[in-house]
Amino acid sequence: MDLNTKFTAKSWPDHPETATMEAKNKFVGFWLFLGGETILFATLFATYLALRNSVPSGNDFSTDTLFELPLVFVMTMLLLTSSLTSVYAMYHMKNYNFKAMQLWLAITGFLGLGFLGFEVYEFTHYIHLGFTYGNSAFSSAFYTLVGTHGLHVAIGLVWLSLLILRNARRGLNLYNATKYYTFSLYWHFIDVVWVFIFTVVYLMGVVG
Amino acid sequence: MTTAANTVAQKKGFGATLWDWLTTVDHKKIGILYLIGGGFFFVLGGIEALMIRLQLLVPNNDFVSAGFFNELITMHGTTMIFLAAMPLLFGFMNAIVPLQIGARDVAFPFINSLGFWMFFFGGLFLNLSWFIDAAPDAGWTSYASLSIASTGHGIDFYAIGLQIAGAGTLMAGINFLVTIINMRAPGMTYMRMPLFTWTTFVASALILFAFPPLTVGLFFLTFDRMFGGNFFHVDGGGNTIIWEHIFWIFGHPEVYILVLPSFGIFSEIFSIFSRKRLFGYSAMVFATVLIGFLGFMVWAHHMFTVGLGPTANAIFAVATMAIAVPTGVKIFNWLLTMWGGSIRITTPMLYALGFIPSFVMGGVTGVQQGAAPLDYQLHDSYFIVAHFHYVIVGGVVLAILAATHLYWPKMFGTMLSEKLGKVTFWFFFIGFHMTFFLQHFLGLMGMPRRVWTYNKDQGWDLFNAISSVGALLMAIGVIVLVINIIMTTAKNERVGNDPWEDGRTLEWAIPSPPPFYNFPQTPLVRGLDTFWIEKKEGNKRGYIAAEPISDIHMPNGSFIPFVMTLGLFIAGFGAMFRLEHSWGLPVLIGGLVLTFLAMATRSIKDDLGFYVTKDEIIRTEKEILRSERGSN
Amino acid sequence: MAHDIEIIEKTPAEYTYKKRNADRAMRGQLMMFALMIFMTLISFTAVQAGFSPLFVIPVILLLAAVQVGLQLYYFMHMKEEGHGLPSMFMYTGVLIGFLTVLAFVTIIWW
Repeated sequence: MDLNTKFTAKSWPDHPETATMEAKNKFVGFWLFLGGETILFATLFATYLALRNSVPSGNDFSTDTLFELPLVFVMTMLLLTSSLTSVYAMYHMKNYNFKAMQLWLAITGFLGLGFLGFEVYEFTHYIHLGFTYGNSAFSSAFYTLVGTHGLHVAIGLVWLSLLILRNARRGLNLYNATKYYTFSLYWHFIDVVWVFIFTVVYLMGVVG
Repeated sequence: MTTAANTVAQKKGFGATLWDWLTTVDHKKIGILYLIGGGFFFVLGGIEALMIRLQLLVPNNDFVSAGFFNELITMHGTTMIFLAAMPLLFGFMNAIVPLQIGARDVAFPFINSLGFWMFFFGGLFLNLSWFIDAAPDAGWTSYASLSIASTGHGIDFYAIGLQIAGAGTLMAGINFLVTIINMRAPGMTYMRMPLFTWTTFVASALILFAFPPLTVGLFFLTFDRMFGGNFFHVDGGGNTIIWEHIFWIFGHPEVYILVLPSFGIFSEIFSIFSRKRLFGYSAMVFATVLIGFLGFMVWAHHMFTVGLGPTANAIFAVATMAIAVPTGVKIFNWLLTMWGGSIRITTPMLYALGFIPSFVMGGVTGVQQGAAPLDYQLHDSYFIVAHFHYVIVGGVVLAILAATHLYWPKMFGTMLSEKLGKVTFWFFFIGFHMTFFLQHFLGLMGMPRRVWTYNKDQGWDLFNAISSVGALLMAIGVIVLVINIIMTTAKNERVGNDPWEDGRTLEWAIPSPPPFYNFPQTPLVRGLDTFWIEKKEGNKRGYIAAEPISDIHMPNGSFIPFVMTLGLFIAGFGAMFRLEHSWGLPVLIGGLVLTFLAMATRSIKDDLGFYVTKDEIIRTEKEILRSERGSN
Repeated sequence: MAHDIEIIEKTPAEYTYKKRNADRAMRGQLMMFALMIFMTLISFTAVQAGFSPLFVIPVILLLAAVQVGLQLYYFMHMKEEGHGLPSMFMYTGVLIGFLTVLAFVTIIWW
């Protein structure tokens, strides 16, 4: 594949993310990876549900007293919106509008960063209350589930910055189109996981 | 090198050769690396097995201490499953599957290499525990109640080593899946894929879904032991049963990850050496998929005695017994493949013939244990040991040995001695039954598994002694195989495309070993058993080309996978000794930074591969032809 | 050769057609986003309103499942063709994941 092939908006293929053999492989491989990630998170959710509110005697942390919904609501809105902005980025990718795509991706990144900031704040707040990682089985399961999601966000942000910076000068081609596309899949998947986290961990935690 | 296949590579010095192997992304070479790595760990696990049997040779033996015995059984199981059986099968998958589907390489050559190095470094990490601190001693299942209580760093080695090796396995699984999905030659529909490719496909899907739970479980164990987690600490509200569930949600599919490719290998062998199309091909495919699917529904049959309640036990018992149906379909199809065939008893065929009764015995005892009430009697006795060795040795190890003889010429271009091959088979086969058949009865007589020693005059003495002698016979079989390999390599008599003369699938249509681009022209597939169809129609070349000769795109070699894995390997030591040595944390961070830098290099540097020109292909093909004529 | 990319220039008519389709799809995505936000709001309100858990929990789980379906089918384009295989693997993953969760909430009880 020649990186120097120049495209125009009119010659850009309809599905640049699967236009080459390598791209097709990456596309399928990444979807399969997400299938595996589904099980990874399912196991974490299962463990959390089994150990939720399971604390040693004399320790009174529980989901309905600990969690604060307003914060979670703001985080949810940030992440949901970032999902939409990455859809916009892919819209522009398919239209061969590189600058608009980079811009929307940058917005996605900032929203993700905001989410991560709130998460760090939330965790430090809990630790301040004495709800540390080693506090109980409940705390370990909570931090591992939500923290693994947070780690995915952080990895996504690093990936995104590398993509944006690496390709800033050379624009779109069929080599990096798939990379952008798989990133957007990854980002949506993070959002999918978060939907279950805010429902199962926070909302169901508050309901009791 | 005088061989035709390596024509493009000129004679190289030692350093250049080493560099070539460290950076290779060629699936055939990675296959060989897997064989070397897996073979090394197989011998290691075998030595551990011999020490176990030596200890149990006579009652009240004190050849090894009780603690050391625990380390031996743990490392024997872990090594054999994760570091020997799986990598050896991966070796054959890597070497053969792309050829069977008419591909030039796997979908992700870079990740393929990364997967190998992660397996190898993970295995190395695990085995360094023998020299640093102590080896893990909580059994290969590492049940949390034992592993949390285990002192020393043994379990840490287990958790981190398997984490690294497991990640490599997951990558290899995704790679095989995408290869089989996307890289099939024109005309190679799903229902024309050879059975070994099909079983690789299903086994890889199982890897994709089974390894993430293991990853999670090992993280829990790591956090509990090293970072203050409370998942399994009952006094912190934890629950050790969670580990058992997670481990077996992974562990039961793992059995099928091992045994399905073995079924694939035997399907190829039965068909080749009966000179007949595999009987009931579609039923075989369906049975493979069904076994893979049911494999996820039965994990709790390892936990009947935990006390899940009668409802759960009943559900899992029924699901377990259901698996016997597709497995039975397979057994009958193999028998009917031989029926009326013109059978040649070669070494691989001998293994295949020995496999059927051995594996059926393992399957039948499996169904017995699937009956939950009976399992209360059999649980944790030597009956279980006998059962799973009949499945794993009688199924998987026989398949690996058979594949070694079957595919050796394709991978190395020279034939293993048939005479010595048969000697290996008889030693191994007789030794295997001697070792494990009597263990059924030892179990029924009440001998518990994982005991260090036993008192005399319980009726166990004779059977244990016979069992130990059998293990020695197996070892002799393996030693004969090693001698065979050395002699064959020294003689180096080159063979042609189809050394068994009855090859049916595409890999036998190209030189042994194939040139690095495999197929000068992508083949066109016209049916099941492509090569056989072309042979019967008198096509001398063995396959029809789907395209004119043109430039071939190939991936570049890379040293990055090695560095990436090295970083994780180093970080592993840092994580383990973080709390007791001041260098722990810096080493942990340093290792991770190394890995991250390698990853960043990979993502920033464009790697577009290179083209083999048309002229070069024509020249290489001519040279192969010339040398073949010369050697015959 | 699979690796050579044929560059096909679109005619103005084809190009306008593509653009119009893309714009229409984007409007659909926006609608889906509005729907997701709406469902999220319902979930949070239902919890804050203090209805019986027996009512709230099934509702919010259902809303989460629908929302995830929208993410997968619209934002991740799973409804488009060429996604048969990804769907198969995702569904298998969801099924096995569901079994895991089911087992952990039912038979880990002591």
